[in-house]
Amino acid sequence: MPDTARRPVFEPSAPNPYLPQVATVLEVIQETHNIKSFRLRLDDEQAWAKFSFEPGQLGQLSLFGVGESTFVINSSPTRKDYLQFSVMRAGEVTSALHGLLPGDKIGLRAPLGNSFPYKELKGKNLVFIGGGIGMAPMRTLLLYMLDNRTDYGDITLLYGARSPQDFSYAEDREDWLKRKDMRTVLTIDSPAEGWEHRVGLIPNVLTELKPSPENTVAVTCGPPIMIRFTLQALEKLGFVPEQIITTLEKRMKCGIGICGRCNIGEKYVCVDGPVFTYAQLKSMVNEL
Amino acid sequence: MDMQGKFIPRAQLDDWLAELAARFRVWTPRRAGQEDSGAVVYLPEARQPELNRKPTESAKRVIFPRSEPLLRFLRKPDPDQTGQKSLELQVPDADGPNLVFGLPPCDARGFLVLDPVYAGVKGQAGDSYYLRRRSQTVLIARACSRALTTCFCHWVGGSPSSTEGLDVLATEIQEGFLLQPLTPQGEEVLDSKLLLSAGKEQMEAAQSAWQAAEKTLGPGADMQGAQEALRALFDNAAFWQAEAASCLSCGVCTHLCPTCYCFNITDEAVGEKGVRLRSWDACMFSLYTQEASGHNPRQDKAARLKNRIGHKFSYYPELYQTRNACVGCGRCIKSCPSRLDIRAVLTKALALSRPAAGKPETTAPATVRPAAKPKVNKPATSKPVAAKPGAAKRGKEASHA
Ligand SMILES: Cc1cc2nc3c(=O)[nH]c(=O)nc-3n(C[C@H](O)[C@H](O)[C@H](O)COP(=O)(O)OP(=O)(O)OC[C@H]3O[C@@H](n4cnc5c(N)ncnc54)[C@H](O)[C@@H]3O)c2cc1C
Ligand code: SF4
Ligand code: SF4
Ligand code: FES
Repeated sequence: MPDTARRPVFEPSAPNPYLPQVATVLEVIQETHNIKSFRLRLDDEQAWAKFSFEPGQLGQLSLFGVGESTFVINSSPTRKDYLQFSVMRAGEVTSALHGLLPGDKIGLRAPLGNSFPYKELKGKNLVFIGGGIGMAPMRTLLLYMLDNRTDYGDITLLYGARSPQDFSYAEDREDWLKRKDMRTVLTIDSPAEGWEHRVGLIPNVLTELKPSPENTVAVTCGPPIMIRFTLQALEKLGFVPEQIITTLEKRMKCGIGICGRCNIGEKYVCVDGPVFTYAQLKSMVNEL
Repeated sequence: MDMQGKFIPRAQLDDWLAELAARFRVWTPRRAGQEDSGAVVYLPEARQPELNRKPTESAKRVIFPRSEPLLRFLRKPDPDQTGQKSLELQVPDADGPNLVFGLPPCDARGFLVLDPVYAGVKGQAGDSYYLRRRSQTVLIARACSRALTTCFCHWVGGSPSSTEGLDVLATEIQEGFLLQPLTPQGEEVLDSKLLLSAGKEQMEAAQSAWQAAEKTLGPGADMQGAQEALRALFDNAAFWQAEAASCLSCGVCTHLCPTCYCFNITDEAVGEKGVRLRSWDACMFSLYTQEASGHNPRQDKAARLKNRIGHKFSYYPELYQTRNACVGCGRCIKSCPSRLDIRAVLTKALALSRPAAGKPETTAPATVRPAAKPKVNKPATSKPVAAKPGAAKRGKEASHA
């Protein structure tokens, strides 16, 4: 009977996709005046032992009574003592998250979304271009590559922020600047006392650095306006859309392709993304 | 099992509904509030269904409630860790089986649009709340006796007597209703001493009722190519601005639509206890897509109307490789305070994509053709399960559904 066959089946044992797992905050790091990083771990030992994710995937953090918001997991799957999320204060949930202390309970739905094509990137040179909180999604991929260093070619990082006080990940930055197996360039928007690195907007500094597109993939994340000009700069340098990867931050709710919130035409950022190549973005409806 | 159609005299309808109410939460379309109030809504009341007026809202709330708890949370002082609190999460108990009596066939087809969405896409988990309710809901539609001027189910593969997605089709005849089972669940609910076996005359009466209803439909339209036409118009801001000019962004269209399914998730808490709710939302609201950076990809209402219509006729059929996400119920036309007409927008979009077909840019473009000669439903005789009332009208869109 075709009509019965069409009635969807309900599998009582199927997981409830909206039910977060309970996690405990292990450590809180004040990164900048409005960004804090949280390191956490699932309470359920079995679930924690089984938990795995790929660089670029997302998590929904829940503060019960306030709400749920989307953040990228910015620790690397190669370092499994904790999951790290960096949260910029933007509104209700993010402000409440900033009030968390070690030991506090939090809800987590993860991993969600696709990931960076870290396997396909083997053997390539990488140029990372991050602005502000946009460093968060790139940190996970960068750490993963540094932990599998021989799999990848030259690595360049261009990390920009408004002022010296707006950079996150102080410890990482020191390491990245010191390392001989990568090149790290920091830039701020306008001159500041004691600043030893570059001054200038990210797209301009990128143009000066002139990375070769030869066997290279550029990964860029940041505010929409920065992305726009960075894409232009990359194309001028000879990067084709297939060589450029970015992540999108459409507003999300369900995170599993049901609620319809995060659509760009028929694509959903929560399942088809958040990672897209520029070539993919160009094939989608023009509604970024 | 008795596969014959059944008949219930009008005077016995409430008794049968009451009998069903012992096993199901029975929903019927009923006047909201006062007798003279205009709105007809679905209420969990097993008596006196309002069958003379098309329900103002769709039946989606039976399976996808306006607002429902996803989970409850409770923070308790933790005896082991002084100062810390433990967190307990509970999933609310599922409600029992539902039965809807008296929904129009287009509302039942609406669930067929929601099904693939809630079953989970691209390997993602399905929505357990929706799926549980859906798998336990019996749908008894009543064939429409006449179409409203806003109805256009026949543009999108439906008909006033469509059986798609139904468990039972009820057709009003003489002194009662002919009831035809279409699924095993439908046969089960028709297994009642209150129901009489339907005879040949009653089958024939139903058949002429379907025929008569088909004749009340307005002109049909060929929706072939709507997907491409809308995609081609995506960057035509002037077109969408003109079409959306009268929109008030009130969201009524999405609220009443049987196939609009987007939702918000919010928390409500008092002290250490609270609930996480899932509630209907609307892509016609400007804050729907507001991002943290301040950027909003659908800031203006033209972009939002484009998304609503694009979703129904382009994105959804593309993503799910199936029917359009509109069943032509006409509620978004009938209840829109500024009478924005989705048919007109579609017709214009199609006309622009088919310039050769005739006179473009008129109010009645060449794409609208007179209603095809109504094809008549086969009488449901010995094997009503196989009989397909409504199967008579299958537009091109249904062929690749
Ligand atoms: C794929 C993805 C990855 C993200 N990764 C990070 C990250 O690693 N670190 C980080 O700090 N932020 C990240 N964000 C943004 C973060 O989700 C929002 O800042 C957060 O949800 C705002 O919640 P709120 O309750 O504090 O804001 P609200 O009080 O709800 O609103 C404040 C502002 O934020 C907007 N907003 C609300 N919810 C979202 C949302 N889900 N997405 C985008 N904007 C929203 C509102 O429209 C409003 O303009 C990411 C967003 C997405 C979609
Ligand atoms: S009902 Fe009409 S006015 Fe209201 S949002 Fe929909 S189209 Fe706009
Ligand atoms: S879009 Fe309008 S006509 Fe189509 S199903 Fe929704 S309310 Fe009905
Ligand atoms: S967040 Fe719900 S569909 Fe993407």
